[in-house]
Amino acid sequence: MRQFSQLLDGLVYTRSRNGKLDLIAAYMREAPDPDRGWALAALTGNLDLKAVKSSAIQEMIRARVDPVLFEMSRDYVGDLAETVALLWPKRDDQPPEIDDGSLSLSAVIERLHGVSRAAAPQALAQMMDHLDSSGRFALLKLATGGLRVGISARLAKTGFAQAFRLDVDDVEQVWHALSPPYAALFDWAEGRSGRPDPEGTPYFRPFMLAHPLEAESVDLTDYAAEWKWDGIRIQIVGTGRETRLYSRAGDDISGSFPEIAEAFSGHAVLDGELLVRGDVQGGEAASFNALQQRLGRKAVTGKMMADYPAFVRLYDLLIEGDEDLRPLAWAQRRARLEAFAPTLDPTRFDLSQVIEADSFEALADIRAGARDAAIEGVMLKRRDSPYVAGRKAALWYKWKRDPLTADCVMMYAQRGHGKRSSFYSDYTFGCWTEDGELLPVGKAYSGFTDEELKWLDRFVRQNTVARFGPVREVEKTLVLEVAFDSIHDSKRHKSGLAMRFPRIARIRKDKPAHEADTVEGLKKLVS
Amino acid sequence: MPHWIEPHPTGIYVRPADAWIDPSLPQERALVTHGHADHARGGHGHVWATRETLAIMALRYGTASGTAVGYGEEVRMGGVTIRYVPAGHVLGSAQIVLGHAGERVVVTGDYKRRPDPTCLPFEPIPCDIFVTEATFGLPVFRHPDTGSEMDRLLAALHTHPDRCVLVGAYALGKAQRVICELRARGHHDPIYIHGAMERMCALYQDFGIDMGELRPATGVPAREMRGHIVVSPPSALNDRWSRRLPDPITAMASGWMRVRQRARQKNVELPLVISDHADWEELTDTIREVAPTETWITHGREEALLHWCMTHQIRARALALVGREDEDEG
Repeated sequence: MRQFSQLLDGLVYTRSRNGKLDLIAAYMREAPDPDRGWALAALTGNLDLKAVKSSAIQEMIRARVDPVLFEMSRDYVGDLAETVALLWPKRDDQPPEIDDGSLSLSAVIERLHGVSRAAAPQALAQMMDHLDSSGRFALLKLATGGLRVGISARLAKTGFAQAFRLDVDDVEQVWHALSPPYAALFDWAEGRSGRPDPEGTPYFRPFMLAHPLEAESVDLTDYAAEWKWDGIRIQIVGTGRETRLYSRAGDDISGSFPEIAEAFSGHAVLDGELLVRGDVQGGEAASFNALQQRLGRKAVTGKMMADYPAFVRLYDLLIEGDEDLRPLAWAQRRARLEAFAPTLDPTRFDLSQVIEADSFEALADIRAGARDAAIEGVMLKRRDSPYVAGRKAALWYKWKRDPLTADCVMMYAQRGHGKRSSFYSDYTFGCWTEDGELLPVGKAYSGFTDEELKWLDRFVRQNTVARFGPVREVEKTLVLEVAFDSIHDSKRHKSGLAMRFPRIARIRKDKPAHEADTVEGLKKLVS
Repeated sequence: MPHWIEPHPTGIYVRPADAWIDPSLPQERALVTHGHADHARGGHGHVWATRETLAIMALRYGTASGTAVGYGEEVRMGGVTIRYVPAGHVLGSAQIVLGHAGERVVVTGDYKRRPDPTCLPFEPIPCDIFVTEATFGLPVFRHPDTGSEMDRLLAALHTHPDRCVLVGAYALGKAQRVICELRARGHHDPIYIHGAMERMCALYQDFGIDMGELRPATGVPAREMRGHIVVSPPSALNDRWSRRLPDPITAMASGWMRVRQRARQKNVELPLVISDHADWEELTDTIREVAPTETWITHGREEALLHWCMTHQIRARALALVGREDEDEG
């Protein structure tokens, strides 16, 4: 267990992505079987254990520690699992900070698998007596479901791939053919057997991605134009028996959108944009803001599904039945998609329309005139291009709507992370209310050059008026031109506004703060 | 009639001696347990403290008017006998043992029970009233063995020969202890130190504590510090100062590092649980050992220790002292 608990600790404290990958890769190379397979399952969220309730954990600790001291400790530490892990006194005065090595991760998993709800507290307590505080923390996180060490399934798989010099997309392809503790996967990775056969399983195919359009124009005889919808890119994989939904990162999000997965029973792989319908939009696609209400939720309630009904706007057909369409030209795939789409439930699936324009100028006019809340811009796809993984030059372009901008005043600054940990690089900015007060309207930590960052950092340090822990309040004198993709109503912020992807476009040293924009002015931009 | 020892928010007043222990406001007569800023302040009329503490105070505040009291030496002041006994906290740290009217009172100042190569170990003195700190007065605080923490530090250093390990450590006590512990584990490479701790390290060396080769981290090319340990005050960890270092691994030596979120908030990648204060078990064991009729708890998480005393039939009260506890000291 110690190897695994040390890995988790490392992942908690390591900030950089590469650092995390190195830790995962080293673990995957060094840990014994089948521990490392179970660890991979835990890190990718594929460990299917009956979660132990937090009340059971509280019952367990109260049996060993004065409940008053436990409550005081919990108030101080915050997290239940961590409090109990730190507090745990072992039986018979055994040294609490020694992992006696008698429990392997596999043994822990096996025990958790077999245990009934009633017996869980006692089983946990017995295991806790063999572990150190890191091990106890890991055990409690496993038992309560959800490690929360800040890594995605994709990152864990990337670390695994790195350990054995595999391509992560190759790993993705075979992934769903396998189940924990992934013996066949490790056999393949270490050359003991051939590649596992993913046939018949709903596995993820890498997405085709676009470059931003930088050229002045493209020839529309070569490129087709489509709207770029502002939802989340999604892949629907159906085997006829089972359907899964994948995010762009390859994470399985079927559980968050069960109504989509249930509405699809075909044998095909489709690429599309997941959106929700909004009342304001007359049942049409709503803004990203509405979709956000449904993201990042493990369990979805009936009310969520009714308030924010999801659907998929289809872009492409990758596989139909047993036929892989990806080598075909876009135009051919589009024809197949147009024939396929009408066979689907129209409340859950529709076709992303191709934009007809006689010339690039005409397309530019159409793009400029688009006011739909859910439109992020225009996609340009080469008509003769196959569907290929990743971002390949000159095949697909995204031509986003020009960003909106506002002149805002810097109010607070906070230090960044990693390489930026000594720089004040996260800025909260505000606009003026009618009463002449500044109200925060957003926060940005990108868009500036390294030189500008140095300048901003100096500005913050020289103009600090108050400190609140890591946050500095600054003199309200600096105007920042902030660019953002869109702006929405938000109940979370005092200003009632939330920007999508705000970034610093320019530092307006020339502009006096009182000439910055107003909250009222920003509200007019809400989509 | 009030007791001859009176707790006040600004310190502990010893009435028959007309003297204050660790007063937070300037007083005519001050008995000081050790040199940390929340116990030793400038501006007192006359200070009684160990020779080491007086030297530390002179370095920090330029106060010179003091009487050095050796460990074990007895001073009489208005019918009170006063003795300074090692507290094991930092160089020169002392518990103040007061005797009057047939009663013995021990004021610990800050203390720990672990070995520390830079100071004498804590001596438990049985007493009637035990005035204890409670910085880590919660049972979640259990400091691990110092050696294993040092091993983790050295392992990080050796796995990343192209980087340096930057250790945040309080400039008085923790920094010197970490350096000495490293030397004791056979690490004899030069250690680079932040400018703010140079004079304190020199003071320790003047008192005969050997810290091996120390070099200033200022004015040195980053390249030279690769594969080396750099020690700075915690406040410099994420500050502009650290930009001069070669891709540092940020470590911090503090008892607070036991709580994950605490370490993460400070951007610490390598938390080292090394404390100059007693952990929960040391606090409760010490109270049992000195077996006082009454325990007074000065600062920290006093509620939990108070509760523990009550459940163990030990009379106890919490004193609300102001201005105590600089977290960086943990």
